[in-house]
Amino acid sequence: MTIKTALIAGTALLAAAVPALAEWTPERPVEFIVASGAGGGTDNFARTIQAALTRNDILDQNMVVLNKGGGSGAEAFLYARQNAADPHKLIFGTNNVYLLPHVAQLAYSAEDLQPVAALALDEFLIWVKADAPWQTSMELIEAAKAEPGTIVFGGSQSKDTDETLVALIEQTTGADFKYVPFNGGGEVGVQLAGGHIAANVNNPNENIGQWQAGAIRPLCVFSPERMAESEPVSGDMGWHDIPTCAEQGLDIERYQMPRTVWLPAGTDPEVLAYYQDALTRVAETQEWQEYLAKTSQTAAVLTGDDLTAFIEENEAATVTVFEAEGWVTAAAQ
Amino acid sequence: MGNFDLLMHGFSVAITPMHLMLMVAGVLMGLVVGVLPGLGAPNGVSLLIPLTFALDPTSAIILLTSMYWGALFGGSTTSILFNIPGEPSSVATTFDGYPMARNGQSTRALTLAFVSAGVGALMGILVITLLAGWASQFALRFGAPEYFAVYFLAFAAFIGMGSAAPMKTLVSLTTGLILTSVGMDSVTGSIRLTYGFSDLLGGISFLVVVIGLFGIGELLATVQEGLRFRGVSSKIDLRDVLKTLAELPKYWATTLRSGLIGIWMGITPGGPTAASFMSYGVARQASRQGAAFGSGRPEGIVAPETADHSAGTCAMLPMLALGVPSSATAAVMMGGLMIWGLTPGPMLFATKPDFVWGLIASMYVSNLLGVILVLATVPMFAALLRIPFTIIGPMIVAICFVGAYTVSGATFDLWLVLVFGLVGFLFTKLDYPLAPMILAMVLGHKAENAFHQSMLLSDGSLGIFFANPLVTGIMMVALALLILPKTLGLALSLRRNRKVVA
Repeated sequence: MTIKTALIAGTALLAAAVPALAEWTPERPVEFIVASGAGGGTDNFARTIQAALTRNDILDQNMVVLNKGGGSGAEAFLYARQNAADPHKLIFGTNNVYLLPHVAQLAYSAEDLQPVAALALDEFLIWVKADAPWQTSMELIEAAKAEPGTIVFGGSQSKDTDETLVALIEQTTGADFKYVPFNGGGEVGVQLAGGHIAANVNNPNENIGQWQAGAIRPLCVFSPERMAESEPVSGDMGWHDIPTCAEQGLDIERYQMPRTVWLPAGTDPEVLAYYQDALTRVAETQEWQEYLAKTSQTAAVLTGDDLTAFIEENEAATVTVFEAEGWVTAAAQ
Repeated sequence: MGNFDLLMHGFSVAITPMHLMLMVAGVLMGLVVGVLPGLGAPNGVSLLIPLTFALDPTSAIILLTSMYWGALFGGSTTSILFNIPGEPSSVATTFDGYPMARNGQSTRALTLAFVSAGVGALMGILVITLLAGWASQFALRFGAPEYFAVYFLAFAAFIGMGSAAPMKTLVSLTTGLILTSVGMDSVTGSIRLTYGFSDLLGGISFLVVVIGLFGIGELLATVQEGLRFRGVSSKIDLRDVLKTLAELPKYWATTLRSGLIGIWMGITPGGPTAASFMSYGVARQASRQGAAFGSGRPEGIVAPETADHSAGTCAMLPMLALGVPSSATAAVMMGGLMIWGLTPGPMLFATKPDFVWGLIASMYVSNLLGVILVLATVPMFAALLRIPFTIIGPMIVAICFVGAYTVSGATFDLWLVLVFGLVGFLFTKLDYPLAPMILAMVLGHKAENAFHQSMLLSDGSLGIFFANPLVTGIMMVALALLILPKTLGLALSLRRNRKVVA
C-alpha cells in the first residue's frame, strides 16, 4: 500500500467515524485543575471523573490532575483566567467559583470561566455528638436562643458554604450560634466526635466514618426530600431515615452544593459541546454511580440553560445571606 | 492477644510475591522522588494514584506507602550531600548531616541517617500494632487549644537553647512568621500581605523557600569561596558502613527519645516535619556538648531522622482510624482510599481487617526492604561528591529550579528561589540562623490558626490553655523547655563568678 492510498483510506475512515458537525477532540493531555488541596472533596470529584474517563475510554488523552487550592480555591480560578481560551484545561470546583468574588477581592470574576456541567449535589446535614441532649434541629435552635452565642458550630473555612448555612439558620430562626472555622470537613468531623464543638453542618461523606462508629448522629438534612435509600449506616439507621429539616419545622427547604466543571472562558462552542458530552457519559458509568452511593451525594446532571438557571438562582440566594451578614466586599458591590 | 493474631493474618496477606514486588518498586520510585527536591512524597504519591485504579485496595495502599517510605529515606540523601533537603521533613537533617559530610565522613552520615530512620519506622509500627485502638481514641482528645500547645512545644523545644545571638534568632523567626502569613487566612478569610499580586494568593510555599535558602544559598557560598565543592569525600568502602553500624548502639538514648517524640507527633497530628525539628531541639538540649551541634554531631543526624520516620509511620494511624491525615502525603493517600471505596474512620479496623492489618504488616516488610535498598546505594550516592564542582554545580542549579517548579507548576516560584537563594547566602555570611525561619514557616500558620480558634472558643481568655490536665501538661513542658536552659545557664555562670570572687 502506498502512502497515498493509506492517506485516502485514512481520510475515508475519518469521514465515516465523524458526524457532519466539525467535531473537536483534545489534541494534547488535558489538565484537571482542582480548586482544593489533595484529598479534599473536590479532589475526589476530579479523580473519580479521571478514573471514569480512563476506564471507559471516553477520553483517550492523558489527564493530569493539578491541585491549586490556595486562597480557598481562588488560585485555580485565577489560573483559568490566565489561560483564557485554552481548551485543554478543565477546572473542578463547587459553587465557590461564583461565590468567592463576592466575599473577597480577587483578580478574577465568574465571567472568566465557562460552566460546562454540574454532576452532583452534595447534601448538608446538622450533626451533633451522639450523647448530645438535642434530638431535633429545633431543640438545638431553641437551646441556642436560650443561651445566645454559646453553642459552637464548627465549619470547614471562613465565609464558605458551612458558615453561610449557619448564618442562614441564624437569619431564619433568630438563634445565635458561635461559628469556628477549622481546616476542612474531616477535621471538623473529628472535632465533633471529640466533643470540642457542639455541632457541624458537614456533608455526608465527611462524617460517615464517625457516624458508623456511633460517635456522632445527624439531626436533619437540608434537602426538599429525604436522601436516597441505602444500606443501614449506623445501627439500623440509613441515609433515608434522616428527616428533612423542613419536616422538623426549620424553614430552610433546600441547601445543597453543586459539584461543577468549568472551562476557561473564550473556547469554541465545539470544545464546550465535546466536554458536555464526555461528562454526561461519565454520569452513566458504573464508577460514577459507585462514587455517588459511597459519598451519599444526589445525582444531578445539569448542562446548558439548566445549569445557567441553577447558578443564577444559587448565586442570588447566597448573596442575600452574604449581604445580611455584611460580608460583601466593596469591590463586588 | 487479639492484635497479634490480626498481625499474623496481616503478614499472610502482605507477603505474596506480587506484594513484595510492589514494595520493591514502590521503595525504589520513592527513593528517586525523595532525592529530587520539590518532587516530594505527596506529588509522587498523587502521580501514582491513577495507576492504582487497576489494583485491589490492599495492593494499592502497599504500593503507595512503600513509595512514601522510599521518599522519606531518599529525602535525607541530598540533605546530607548537598545541603538541599529533598523533603520538608529532612530539613533538620541538614544541620549536622551536611557538616559531617563536609568533614569527609559522608558514608558515616548517610549510614547513620538511614539506619536510625529504619529504627524510627520500626518503633512507629510497633506502636501502631500494639495500640491501634487506644491511640486513635487519644487523638480525639485534641481540640484547638491542645493543637496550639503542641506547636508551642515544638517552638519552645527548638528555640530554648539556640546557640546564635538571641536578636539574630528573633530576626530570623519573625521573618519566617511574616512569610507564613502571606495569602488567605483560613480563620477570617481575609487576604494578607499579597499587595495585589495574585501569585501570592496561595501563600509562599515553604518548599520553594527551603530550596532557595539551602540549595542556591549554599551554591553561592561555594562559588564565593573559589569554585571548589566543599563536600570533598574520602575513599568509600563497605567497611565505613559497617563501622558506623557498630557505633549506633551508643546513641540508644537519643534514638529512644526521638522515636517517642516522633510517635507522639505522628499520632497527635503534628506531622513528621515538626517532629524532626522538635527532636533535634530536644537532643541539643539534652546533650552536654550542646554547643558542638551544627558542626557534624552524630546525635544531630540520629535525632531528626528517627523522629521523622516514626512520625511518618504513625501518621497512618489517625488517617485510617479518624480520617485525619497528619501529613500531606497521608492526605493524598486518604483521597486514594475514598476512590478505592474505603471510608476512613473508626469502623475501618472492624470492617476491613484484611486491608488494615495487611497494610500494617507490609509496613514492617517494606521498611526493612527500604533500609537494605538504601544502604546498598550509600557508596553510590557518596561517590557523587567526587564529581568536580564544575559539573555538579550546574546540575544542582537545574535540580533546584526543576524541583521548585514541580511544587505547584508556577513560574513565579522560580523568582522566589533566586530571591531566597540570596537571602540564604546573606544570612549565612552574617551568622543569622536559618532554622528558626524554617520552623516558623512550617508551624507558624498552623499555630496561628489553632490560637485563633482557641480564642474564638474561649471568648478571648488565655485560661483555655490551662483548662484541662492534658493541655496544661503540654504547656508546662513547653514553658520549661523555653525558660529553663537560659535560667540554668545564668545560674551556673553566677555561681562560677561567685567562686572567682571568693
